[in-house]
Order: sequence, then structure tokens, then C-alpha cells
Amino acid sequence: MTSSEAATIGLTHHASEDTGLGQRGPESKSIVVPYGFWLFVLSDIVLFSALFATYASLVHATDGGPVTGQLFDRTTVAIETLALLVSSFVCGLAMIAAKRKNLLWTQTWLLLTGLLGFVFLVIELTEFAGMIRIGAGPQRSAFLSSFFTLVGCHGAHVTAGLLWIGTMMAQIWAKGFREHIVRRLLCLSIFWHALDIIWVAIFTIVYLIGTLP
Amino acid sequence: MSFFGKLTWSAIPFNQPIPLITSIVVLLALAAVAAWVTIRGWWPYLWNEYITSTDHKRIGVMYIVLALVMLVRGFSDAIMMRAQQAVAVGQSQGYLPPEHYDQIFSAHGTIMIFFMAMPFMIGLMNFVVPLQLGVRDVAFPTMNNVSFWLTASGVLLVNLSLFIGVFARTGWLAFPPLSEKAFSPDVGVDYYLVALQISGVGTLLTGVNFVTTILKIRAPGMSYMRMPVFCWTSLATNLLIIAAFPVLTATLALLMLDRYLGFHFFTNDGGGNSMLYMNLIWMWGHPEVYILILPAFGIYSEVVSTFSGKPLFGYRSMVFATLAICILSFTVWLHHFFTMGAGADVNAIFGIASMLIAIPTGVKIFNWLFTMYGGRVRFTVPMHYAIGFMITFVFGGLTGVLMAIPPVDFVVHNSLFLVAHFHNVIIGGVVFGAMAGYTYWFPKAFGFTLDERIGKAIFWCWFIGFYLAFMPLYVLGLMGATRRMQHYDDPSWQPWNIAALVGALFILVAIVLTVVQLLYSIRTRDKRRDLTGDPWDGRTLEWLTLSPPPHYNFAVLPDVHGEEAYWHRKQEAIERDKLIPEPDYQPIEMPLNTPVGVICAFFASVCGFAVIWYIWWLAILGLIGAFAVFVWYAWRDEHEHVIPVEEVIANARERRRIRMENLHQLSQST
Repeated sequence: MTSSEAATIGLTHHASEDTGLGQRGPESKSIVVPYGFWLFVLSDIVLFSALFATYASLVHATDGGPVTGQLFDRTTVAIETLALLVSSFVCGLAMIAAKRKNLLWTQTWLLLTGLLGFVFLVIELTEFAGMIRIGAGPQRSAFLSSFFTLVGCHGAHVTAGLLWIGTMMAQIWAKGFREHIVRRLLCLSIFWHALDIIWVAIFTIVYLIGTLP
Repeated sequence: MSFFGKLTWSAIPFNQPIPLITSIVVLLALAAVAAWVTIRGWWPYLWNEYITSTDHKRIGVMYIVLALVMLVRGFSDAIMMRAQQAVAVGQSQGYLPPEHYDQIFSAHGTIMIFFMAMPFMIGLMNFVVPLQLGVRDVAFPTMNNVSFWLTASGVLLVNLSLFIGVFARTGWLAFPPLSEKAFSPDVGVDYYLVALQISGVGTLLTGVNFVTTILKIRAPGMSYMRMPVFCWTSLATNLLIIAAFPVLTATLALLMLDRYLGFHFFTNDGGGNSMLYMNLIWMWGHPEVYILILPAFGIYSEVVSTFSGKPLFGYRSMVFATLAICILSFTVWLHHFFTMGAGADVNAIFGIASMLIAIPTGVKIFNWLFTMYGGRVRFTVPMHYAIGFMITFVFGGLTGVLMAIPPVDFVVHNSLFLVAHFHNVIIGGVVFGAMAGYTYWFPKAFGFTLDERIGKAIFWCWFIGFYLAFMPLYVLGLMGATRRMQHYDDPSWQPWNIAALVGALFILVAIVLTVVQLLYSIRTRDKRRDLTGDPWDGRTLEWLTLSPPPHYNFAVLPDVHGEEAYWHRKQEAIERDKLIPEPDYQPIEMPLNTPVGVICAFFASVCGFAVIWYIWWLAILGLIGAFAVFVWYAWRDEHEHVIPVEEVIANARERRRIRMENLHQLSQST
């Protein structure tokens, strides 16, 4: 990879290579934009932390309804998790293809990322539908309210990510690998990986702990 | 459900004279303003220079205008409450029925915090921070515009509740179970929730924008320990916004799920837990207090240092105190509900943590006092506010420490003592700071100063008015008066309430005089021009450029070589009786104006209104509209326009000429 290519996807920068603290004047956009986006992602993680706290304090407030162990199925969740984690890996492949300015492979990997995300969503919605069918919907108890909100909020983020992936694919197709488009792609990949981090926490706190014997 | 959801003609208060007449008056006033702007042909100017502007200075001005208008609205609520409490004793029920009174105190709190204090502080940060950092704009200028318009959208929805439907009757934080569907079935709480969700997104984006700006976009040589204290406090505030506002969003979303979809987070049944809401909302709410006060601390630091003619005493300790407050603010939320009954151990820990905050705050007070000590203090209007603040805020802090003692809090919890305490710190801290900043930076924004004599009258009205209005409330609180009373039986409370009303009248005079001062200063602006760009003999970089600054602020980003970047540069120039050599001017790229913010806010408002009234097709249309705008904006190819080098040079030479003239006078006088 040449240095100009690296610069295109924000791996290096020109303005203040040695400190990174912005003492040599304003940083370049390839620093500023992903940095700002990271801050946004952090705020999103704070939002999830409130939902996690809510879940943790309401998990036993089942109001005589079903409890965690009766509802969750480790196999389904394992497949779901696999789909999401592989989609993150594929998203990484898309970034490498974008670095090489390879339109075909970037689009292919992005499409696959989105498809795997879609598979994840379908499994999640099937799980939700099954729970609602047996009377374990979010209105049943405080525990289920907090479960559906926490997991559903992650699902809503995945949905937004799918919308974004679609928009990005259209943009790359229409405009090619311009600097600001590649920057957006970088933000998209930050977002997609952050959803993984949150999912790992959900997987552990909700599903693994919830299905302990 | 009909085509328009829950919305029918009965939503308009035809049978209630107060909201109806207010609505008509406000609508007439808006129509008059619109007509005036149309007749004068100002729409293109407003559209190009303000509404679609990505210039941080213009956006800052819009925020402050919004805040001042909301100050009038919030104050109208306040004086109605004070008038009610002055008369509603014994047999008399006063003139406000309970369901109306409850809406008024809820609207007062909501508006004053979210739509007066927040926009005022964010407006000042917007205007000042990039100038003090010596740069041309914030990190994300378009997003800045979007933030403003989302805030305005929240303002619109809250005020719309006056004309269409009702507002919340639950207090400014809408505690459940009262705010649940079972007990508040009408649209009041929904107005509250939706308006705060929309404006909350705007605030969060502001937080992201300013943290990025302060950490990544500064003039060359402006290291962290050379930043003006206002930039530090702004950084702390915006870090708090990023860490706290998502919690508010989450909490309000949970309450919305309870209300709209029958979830059981905070309900009495289904295993819900209303104390969970208390914990969550104050997890945001306590940092929020510091989100408001920290920028004010920064303003006082600038003001005290400038008008004492000295560098700020203990700059480093000021920075550390600010960051200490920033962190400690997350460790004390439980002191808002010691009465929850978490037990003696928990209460003691939170009580001690609360008291700890008094330490960094005390450091700050001493720093300001020592800055004044030995200085040549000029008693200008901002300095009046700063000194008034130091006296008043210490009282407020003391009553705060008092209430941090759990057993004491059990006695005064939810009493007027508490009301007096937080008005003591918010008026004495935030409002005084906002007014000081408004007066201090006004000449930088518009090129002429505000009238000093009227300014002092305004200060004294606020100062006396505050003490008259709120000291009696401390007494009443100790006598056992609880907050939010539409009526009381004990006639011995009435004299204190009448005194409080007189105080509110003083504040009314202050607000009227603020308008008078503005109009008078505009009329006499030719006599009060700030020709040098440095009317107060300032010390930070905003005074380096002209008043008002050009769109791009600085022709060349200033080179910073130490603390008080501008002061040293100025002293050196005075000593050598010449400016630095003319730099190499370059064309400047600036972001383009964009209507995306106002269009986005339009769709957000439509969607919000639809959600409040259960008009689902309209809500979906609003969302689709917002996404379409987003994609349309993302598709643009032009991002910036270039200011030609000739224009930059012409402006810069004019500034240097003015500076040289001024410099000769200064050099001769020293």
C-alpha cells in the first residue's frame, strides 16, 4: 500500500503526524471525521449502558411470568452471533477492497455484510415472534420489557446499519472512491464493529448468564 | 382511531381564557414579526446569513436569540406562579385552577432548563470557542446548524402545547408513576417526551461537535495548557453532554415505551419499578447541572481576568478543578432522592460525595478572588455579574452542602427550601454567567457595545430581585411549605409569598430593561462602535480579530506561543510599536450554507407532532422525509466555497491599519 492510499482511508494523516494532539494546528479531515464519529459511537454505548442497567435491575421482575432460562435457546443465539461476527469480518474485507479501490470486491463484500446482518435480524425477529406467540411479549413483565428493549435497540441499530450499507453501496457505485466517500465508509465500519461489541455484551449478559443451569 | 389520530377541535382551548388569549397574542406577534420581515424584504438576508448559515458565530447568535425568547416565556410562567401563591391562601383559590397551575410549573422548569439555559450556554460556546481557539469554525459546521434547528424543533413542540392540547402536569422531570398512561392519559407528557427527545439529539450532536473541535481543531501552538479556561470548561461540559445525554434519551424512550406500547418499566404493575426512573433520570440530571454551570464558570474566569487586568490566578488548578467537577458530577445522583430509602450506608456515601464537590468549587471561588486581589478592577457590567455571582453562589453552595446531609435532606426534601436552593445556584450561577457573557461578547458579535448604565440597572434588578424572590422561599421551606402548591391554608406563609412576588417583579423589570437596553444600544450604535476589535483590553484570541469578525475569523491562523495568546502578542506589539510582519495570505476554503438543518427540523417536528397525536401515517411520512433529506445531502458534490485571496488580503490590511492606529495611541500612553 502506498502512503497516499493509506491516507485515503484515514490510516495516516498529514497535519500532525507526531503528536496527534492537535498542537500543530487543525487536524486533517481524515482525522477529525472518524474521531467525531467515534465520539458518537461512544455516546451510543452510553445509551446501551443505560439499557443494560435497566435490564440488570429488572431481570428478576418477572411478575410471575416466564424467566430467562425458559425463553432463551443457546443454539439459535450461537448461529445469530456467528452471522453477526462473520459480517464484521466481511466488513473488514470490504474495507481492504476499498483501500485497493476495487469496486467489484468492495460492493460484493458490502453486500455480503448486509446479507449476514439481514440473517441476524431475521433470526432475532423469529425469536421475538416466537416469544410473543407464547405470551412472553414485552407487555408481560418488566423483565420482558427490558429484554425486548435492550435486544430490540441493538436490532434497530443493525437495521439502521443495513440502510446505511445500502446507501453507501449506491454512493460508491455512483461516485467512486472519493475521499469523503471513503471517510464515510470508514465510519460505517466503525459503526458496524461497535454493534459487535455491544452484541458480545448482550450475548454474555442476557443469553449466557440467562441460560446458566 | 381516526385519520388525525387523537387530534380533534377540542384540543384547542376555546373555553380557557388564559391559554386562548396567550395563544392569540403569540400568534399575532409572530404574524407581525413575519409581516415586518416581509415588508422590509429581510427574508433573503435571514435565509442566507442566519437560517442556513454554517458559521458558528451566526449559529451562536441564533441560539442566544432563542434563549432570550424562551426566557420571556419561562418567566411568564414564573410570575404567574408567584402571583398565584401570593393570593391563593385560605378561602381564596387564586386565579389558576390546579390543572393549569400544574402545567405552568412543569413548563417553567422544562423551558428554563432545556430551552433557555442550555441554548444560552451552547450559543455562547458556539460563538466564542472557535474564536478563542484561533480557528475558523467548529469541526462539523453543517451538523452545528442541524443541532440548532433540532433544538428549535423541541422549542416549537413545547410551545405548541399551549395552543393545541395540553402540556405535562408532572413537573419538569415527569416522574412515574404519575407520568404513566394510567395517571396522565392526555398528550401533555407526550409533548414533553417528544420535544425533549428531538432537542436532546441536537444537544448530543453539539457535544460531539465541540469535543472534536476542542481536541482536534486548534490554532498552531495552542496546546492544552494554553487554552483559555472558557475552552476548558466548554470541553468539560461537552464531555458531560456525550456521557449524560444518551442516558436521558434512553430513559425518556423507556417511558415512551411504557406509555405507547404498554411496557412495564416504571408502572405500578407488571413488575415495573418507578425508582429505576429516578436513578436513570438523575444519572443524567445531576451532570446536567454541571453542563449548565461549567461554561458559566468559564465566562467568569474570562471576565474576572480581563477586568482585573491580570492573568487568571491558578490557571492549572482551575483546569483540574473543572475536570474534577466533571468526574464527581457522575457520583452524586442519588442525593436527589435520599428519601428513597436506600439505607444509611448508601445515603452516607452519596452525601459525602456531594460535599466533596464543594472542594473544587471552592478552589475556583478562591482563584477568582485572588485574580481580583492586587488587580486594577474595572467595575463593568460583566464584572458586576461576576462579583454578584461569587456572593450569591456561595450561599447557594452552602445550602447545597446542607442538603447533602441526608437527615437534613429528609426534613427539607421537596420543600420550597430546595426550590430556593436550586434557583440560588442557577440564577446566581448560570443566569448571571449568561448575562455576563452576553454583555461581554456582544461587541464582538455586532461591533458595538451594550449600554453600560442600563446594563448596571439590569444587574441590580436581577440581584435584588433574586434575593427578594428566593430568600423567603428558604424560610417557607423551613416552615414546612412543599413545592408545587396551587393553594395553601396557613395564612402565616402569605407575607413571605408576597415578598417573593415583589422579587419576581424586580426580575420582570430586569427582563424588560434587557429589551430596552438592546433597542437603545442599536439606536445609538454609532456612538458605541468597537473599532479596534478589542473593547475591553482582552487577553484571549477572540479580541485579535475585528468586531464583528469576518466569516473566516482569521485571515491566517494565529501562531500561539504561550498562555494568554493575544495578551502577549499585544504587549509585544506595544513595546516594539509595530505588528508582526505581514504573513503570506492564502485563499480560504469555507463550508457552504445549507438548508439541510431547517428541513431536517421540519420533518422532525412533523414526525414529533404526529407521534404526540397518534397520527401514524404522518409520523412515517416524516421519517421518510428526514431520510430523503439525509441522502440528498450526502449526495452533494460541492462542500466548500473559496474566498479569493484578494478579499482576504483587503480585509486583513484594513484590520492591520486599524490595529496600527490603535497601537500608536497605546504605545504613546505607556
